[in-house]
Amino acid sequence: MTENVKTMNEMRRDMPPLLLSHSARRRQRIAAAVGNGFLLAVTSLSALAVLFIFYFIARDAWPFFRLEGVREFFTSVRWYPSADHAEFGALAMFVGSGLVTLGAILVAVPLGVAAAVCLSDVLPFSVRQVVKPVIEILAAIPSVAYGFFALVVLAPLLQESGGPILGVAVWIVGAPLAALAIVVVADLATDRLRDRTRTRVRWLIVGLLGVGAFAALAFAGKALGGLQIASGANALNVSIILGIMALPTVVSVSEDALQAVERGLREGSYALGATRAETLVKTVLPAAGSGILAAVILGVMRAIGETMVVWMASGNAAQIPSPWYNFLEPVRTLTATIAGDMGEADHVTGSARYHVLFLMALCLLVFSLLCNLSSEWVIRRTRKKTGG
Amino acid sequence: MNTWNKIVLGIVAIGMTAGLATAGDANKIVVDGSTTVGPIAKAFAEYYMGQHPDVNITVSESGSGNGAKSLINAACDVAAMSRPMKNSEMKAAKDAGVLPIEHIAAMDGIAVVVHPSNPLANLTIEQIRDIYTGKITNWKELGGPDRPMVAISRDTNSGTYETFETMVMNKAKMGEKVEYVGSNGAIRQRVMSTPAAIGYVGLAFTEEVKPLTVNGVEASAETVASKEYPISRPLYLYTNGRPKQSSPLHDFINLPDAPEGKKIVEDLGFVPSN
Repeated sequence: MTENVKTMNEMRRDMPPLLLSHSARRRQRIAAAVGNGFLLAVTSLSALAVLFIFYFIARDAWPFFRLEGVREFFTSVRWYPSADHAEFGALAMFVGSGLVTLGAILVAVPLGVAAAVCLSDVLPFSVRQVVKPVIEILAAIPSVAYGFFALVVLAPLLQESGGPILGVAVWIVGAPLAALAIVVVADLATDRLRDRTRTRVRWLIVGLLGVGAFAALAFAGKALGGLQIASGANALNVSIILGIMALPTVVSVSEDALQAVERGLREGSYALGATRAETLVKTVLPAAGSGILAAVILGVMRAIGETMVVWMASGNAAQIPSPWYNFLEPVRTLTATIAGDMGEADHVTGSARYHVLFLMALCLLVFSLLCNLSSEWVIRRTRKKTGG
Repeated sequence: MNTWNKIVLGIVAIGMTAGLATAGDANKIVVDGSTTVGPIAKAFAEYYMGQHPDVNITVSESGSGNGAKSLINAACDVAAMSRPMKNSEMKAAKDAGVLPIEHIAAMDGIAVVVHPSNPLANLTIEQIRDIYTGKITNWKELGGPDRPMVAISRDTNSGTYETFETMVMNKAKMGEKVEYVGSNGAIRQRVMSTPAAIGYVGLAFTEEVKPLTVNGVEASAETVASKEYPISRPLYLYTNGRPKQSSPLHDFINLPDAPEGKKIVEDLGFVPSN
């Protein structure tokens, strides 16, 4: 690209200038200036919009510190904005946002990366052309539709048979993972041994670990299978839905990263006698690692900024679950709090209840800005490293 | 900052004149506010437009607080509210040159509802308060099955919440495990599908859930009208000043007192005011 532009410029420089009349040349220059100015204005408009939003949110967030101070907001879990002695502890909301985002990532990343690997390296091209748009349709579904699904279908399902579902899920997720881990461990442990003993020792290790893993999975499956989920509107429900919503982002960005890995690298790996699985796991995935990291960060941003689904299906209880990783309890997120409390927050008198919502918005904005910058940095670093 | 404020005020003023331009039209009535009062206003609007095809009435439901805001900003003609206007709102209205006049649309009871499979039949106000403060956490404490309770509340944005807070909670604070949802319908949906749930909704939203008696009084039209039922309240329509005699707005706002209006209110599961 850059080379092309250079030669074009050089060509223009080397050519004799077109002879135009004086007024025609002036007109041309003015037209060029106006055109450039217009394009610059249009381009900077979106950048300005971000700055304006940032400015206005920060301006309305600031008075909160004057009215209520800093300490309570970040350290207290007591959220009673409408009480006579209002309390504005937002710690539970920070934990809630973090928890559902973590859950969404746990759902979206393994699924998304696996799907991306499948799309870029496993499926034939014609199938990929069909499957990728279908996954991207997930991004086109309105979030209120996801919320409705979470509230009307998933929540009752979790209440009625959440335990058994979790029990089965442990097997579905755990069994392949355990199998993979056991094979890798057995391989590593027996790498240095001589051929005949190697096979025997390997089978022994696989057998022992296999029985152990089976027992562990059976135990975990039974423990989870007996669980009663009192309320289906909880962090787990929302995590699953947010994970599905983040999937298209994760899939398409990591697929791009995998595609960007040079063909030569794959061919080199095959030439050394690696199988397709070995090539994928040991060569392609590490080479695309930072691109996949960028995909994860973008997925995080998608999950943390989502409002409608969490407002409808997370239960909105302003508490830190006990223990903190208990996904079966209802949580409240920053976004849902902003959406839910905005109507009654009195902007006419400029109350703390109004400004605190802007402070939350500011925190979210700063967080996603940081995420964006870091993903930008990661992507740039990859480009440099792979020389693309 | 001051110049910015001026610019923002300017924009708001432009918006307000635009709002006035629509709200000023005598044959157009804009209603905004409570999701509880919304169905009544919609039924009134349908009835009235059937009688007067030249009048156009739009009803939106954005919550009592937003209704008050719309009235103050002259973005609507009628604010439907499930609670009386607060002093702060009255003051803001006065500052904006708006004089809110109160009309009672109907009486409403807040029914306390549980899943149909729940064997419990009665709760006292104190018990309900203890459930929502988090003092009672299991149904067996009330003689029900051994099942952790799921207490569901309307969001703090709603008039229903405010009424519940004043009439039941009596200044006690909601427990941290209480879940919040955004509408009467959503509470009904959650209680309908959650065996351990308890929630509170307007009288019109008790289909397929089980309303409990409170202090031994059934939540019904009669008990609400007679104010026997402990959690009952009037629902309001607010206008800016008294509407002119025989204007469409005047007719509309006085529908609750007409026999047809009372019938509409009854059909919707509310109670006509006396």
